[in-house]
Amino acid sequence: MGTYLIRRILFAIPTLLVISLIIFAILDLAPGDPAGQLPLTLPAEMKEAIREALGVNDPFLIKWLKWVQLMFINEPLHAIESIFNVCFGDCEARHRIISWSSRAPAIDIIYQRLPQTMWVLGLAFVFGTLIAIPVGIISAYKQYSVFDNVGTFVTMIGYSLPTFFTGLLAIIVFSVWLRWFPSFYDTTLVVNSWDTFVLQVKQMIMPVAVLTLFNTAVLSRFTRASVLDNLNEDYVRTARSKGLGERKVVLTHVMRNSMIPVVTLIALSIPGIFAGAIITEQIFRINGIGALLITAIGQGDVPMVQTLTFIFAVLIVLFNLIADVTYGILDPRIRYD
Amino acid sequence: MKRTRLLAFLAVFALVVAACSPSTEEGSTTTAGGGEGSTTTAASPGTTQAPSGGEAGSGGELLILQWQAPSVANGLLSSGTKDFLASSLVLEPLIEVAPDGSLVATGLAEEVPTIDNGGVAEDFSSITYKLKPDVLWSDGTPFTADDVLFTWEYCSDELTGCAADLSKIESVDVIDDLTVRFNFTEPQSYPYGAGFVSYGSPVVQRAQFQDCVGEQASSCTEQNFQPIGTGPYMVTELKPEDTVTYAMNPNYRGIADGKPFFGTVTIKGGGDAESSARSVLEIGEADYGWNLQVAPEILLPMEAAGNGTIVTSFTANVEHIELNQTDPKGDPPSEFPSQHPVLYQNGDFAKALSLAIDRDALVTVGYGPTGTPTCTFWPVGDQATDANDWCKTRDVDQANQILDDLGYMDTDGDGVREAPGFGPLVFDYVTSTNAVRQSNQDIIKSNWEEIGVVANMSNQDASLFFDGTSASDFSIWKFFTDMEMFTNGATLPDAAGYLHGFNTSEITSAALGWPANNNIVRFSDPEFDQISDEALTLSPTDPMYTDLVKQMQEIIVNKGAIIPLIHRGNVSAISNTIQGFGDPNGWDSEYWNIEDWTRSG
Repeated sequence: MGTYLIRRILFAIPTLLVISLIIFAILDLAPGDPAGQLPLTLPAEMKEAIREALGVNDPFLIKWLKWVQLMFINEPLHAIESIFNVCFGDCEARHRIISWSSRAPAIDIIYQRLPQTMWVLGLAFVFGTLIAIPVGIISAYKQYSVFDNVGTFVTMIGYSLPTFFTGLLAIIVFSVWLRWFPSFYDTTLVVNSWDTFVLQVKQMIMPVAVLTLFNTAVLSRFTRASVLDNLNEDYVRTARSKGLGERKVVLTHVMRNSMIPVVTLIALSIPGIFAGAIITEQIFRINGIGALLITAIGQGDVPMVQTLTFIFAVLIVLFNLIADVTYGILDPRIRYD
Repeated sequence: MKRTRLLAFLAVFALVVAACSPSTEEGSTTTAGGGEGSTTTAASPGTTQAPSGGEAGSGGELLILQWQAPSVANGLLSSGTKDFLASSLVLEPLIEVAPDGSLVATGLAEEVPTIDNGGVAEDFSSITYKLKPDVLWSDGTPFTADDVLFTWEYCSDELTGCAADLSKIESVDVIDDLTVRFNFTEPQSYPYGAGFVSYGSPVVQRAQFQDCVGEQASSCTEQNFQPIGTGPYMVTELKPEDTVTYAMNPNYRGIADGKPFFGTVTIKGGGDAESSARSVLEIGEADYGWNLQVAPEILLPMEAAGNGTIVTSFTANVEHIELNQTDPKGDPPSEFPSQHPVLYQNGDFAKALSLAIDRDALVTVGYGPTGTPTCTFWPVGDQATDANDWCKTRDVDQANQILDDLGYMDTDGDGVREAPGFGPLVFDYVTSTNAVRQSNQDIIKSNWEEIGVVANMSNQDASLFFDGTSASDFSIWKFFTDMEMFTNGATLPDAAGYLHGFNTSEITSAALGWPANNNIVRFSDPEFDQISDEALTLSPTDPMYTDLVKQMQEIIVNKGAIIPLIHRGNVSAISNTIQGFGDPNGWDSEYWNIEDWTRSG
């Protein structure tokens, strides 16, 4: 396993470099103007000067190499420095990747946005998982019962209704008619008392519920299918004939085997949390990572888009690795070397 | 099983740790959740001092929704109107523009310089501003003319990437602490267009920004996010593309009069125009919603809830169709001085097209109270001409008659007229992707079918259509089609300067790399050139000025360069609990008088 890990990690580095080059090339070829939202009446030379100042017109390979140096060397150095409060070399003047629309370091903006994305989407993911697994197991165990049919119906609805519909419906019902919850997410809210905690819960309920419905739907169907597969296996019959109680048969033996593909699926979905649920973020004005990516694309803010997509690529590669390793841990039949 | 539980627990733990990671906010503002009406909590951060006047800052919080969220608070590095607005609460220009288009000295200048009071040189070569005395920056230091000089230096450095155009100023003379003179590169009959007028051109403090000139501009994040200003508020925190929070400026000159009323302001971004409208009008959880580009049938019923009012400000924004004077099928395409076989200076044809358009339907379907039909390109106050108001009355018969007289007959009976030497009157008609624009295109297309003209409608994404680098072939400056439709507007009420955009000297072309010049339609007429150049030598108060401005408007319509359609206003919504708003301001910042806003009850 050790050599397998090291080999995978070493492979990851050229993979990521190639990914960054492809992302860079696509963005460079795409039309888009960071000075495009300035008033039309601004003279052309002014807008050109602004573009020059941002570095839009440098040759492609130079831009990529500069970015690689910033992303692979300067940014990790800066991160280490700020966590441990040290200073390597000339830390004051070190260049960082600068967003073109806000002229601030891109990584800082992303980091600033992480809390709301993590809070809302992370919670939705956790709740979705916690609800989906028991529901899936029970649905499979009591196949075709009332519970199973109702569960199937609800998950089908949750799966088919798009989040912009359920989100909007939730706003109309709970914000406009009932006035129970605010219709948008206040990111400046600092939780330091019971009242602010209640406010935080109130503003999170609707987006979390909308997303949980969707996550639960997907995961519970998958869990149900996986458990169904395993319930018909010979070892289950053996366990029952040995006299084990149903509870032990299902919760110890069947579940452990069914969870292998489910855990793999969960691990592979985690990068999706960071990408954010773009539509839900837009509807509830959560202003998380997903919304950041969309606005950056619309504004032609290339460094921000590159940094974000590269971070997603890193996460996907990383969690692919974690999923593979978890698979190996859970299933003793799998051995890597 | 145990491992799954362990994994789940670890996941929750990791998320909790991540969510509780340190964030950069210093102050905290709490808003009462749910639409319970106006909020009265005020939590001022510890960095401000209590005001000396009893009333200033006692009004609690003001919540503004700007669905296009600000990215910086330093207006000079702005990437769009949203940033100019965020900056306008903190930084001030010398002169501001009132809602009716007049210039007022509510900024840092003591009075508006004119030729009569000696502020503007008789030969338009310079302008001298007297500054308000005893004005302090928010850090307590005095504001002087030296800061104005520094702002010009900051913007003159090309590497800064400054969004304010100060290029017409050759040099700045600091005559004394309260007097500054701008010397122009060439005589400016409208000297207020040279800079420091309106929210796009504020003054910054030398002490704060002196290390931020040129290349350093991008690395001065703290200065760009929290500029020190003379305005009623200071930035407590800026989260780019998300939220900006402000607290009252304790050194603001209006404190003694109890201004500003509100102690804190929050500009919240994200979402879209419709949800902003809903928050202000239907739910009543916010006080102001900016730029509500929403279809009228959705927007108007929201006002019935009684929480807010829709306010529209009209400036010079005119939605119009440009008729390509050059040949888009030529080689190279749309290159001056090629001539379009049908549209080149074809005033009669343009008139027929204009008469056939049902402008009232365009307004009803797309704009509601935010637009009115217009027949001229500069529908601003007294300077608008009414000579072409025939266009407001739809007359298909007259249009058909004009086309018959031009000899464009339908020889093969397919319902489409042909022009000799050109063929069927089929034109490519493009605009940006936008529900309102597409529905207007539909109406115009069917209007023109009644007179035997066919328009091939298409639309392009706004980021390509309005891309000033013209990286794609779809930009309005390349104009590789016969007709384009979009809205143009002026940042200042400078009629001669704006209309000069149709002068031959401002034509954009491939040879120049398609700079984002003003003469997109490639109009070239010696009579117009002469009039537009002459208008630039006159002061707006000259009696001949308005005459020439009207003539220019008439020529561009009569000689078939453009078809004006709708005079569009900027729409916003304001809570009914806010007083002191006055008229909505389309020329300057919509928050230009925010220090006068109060809350009733």
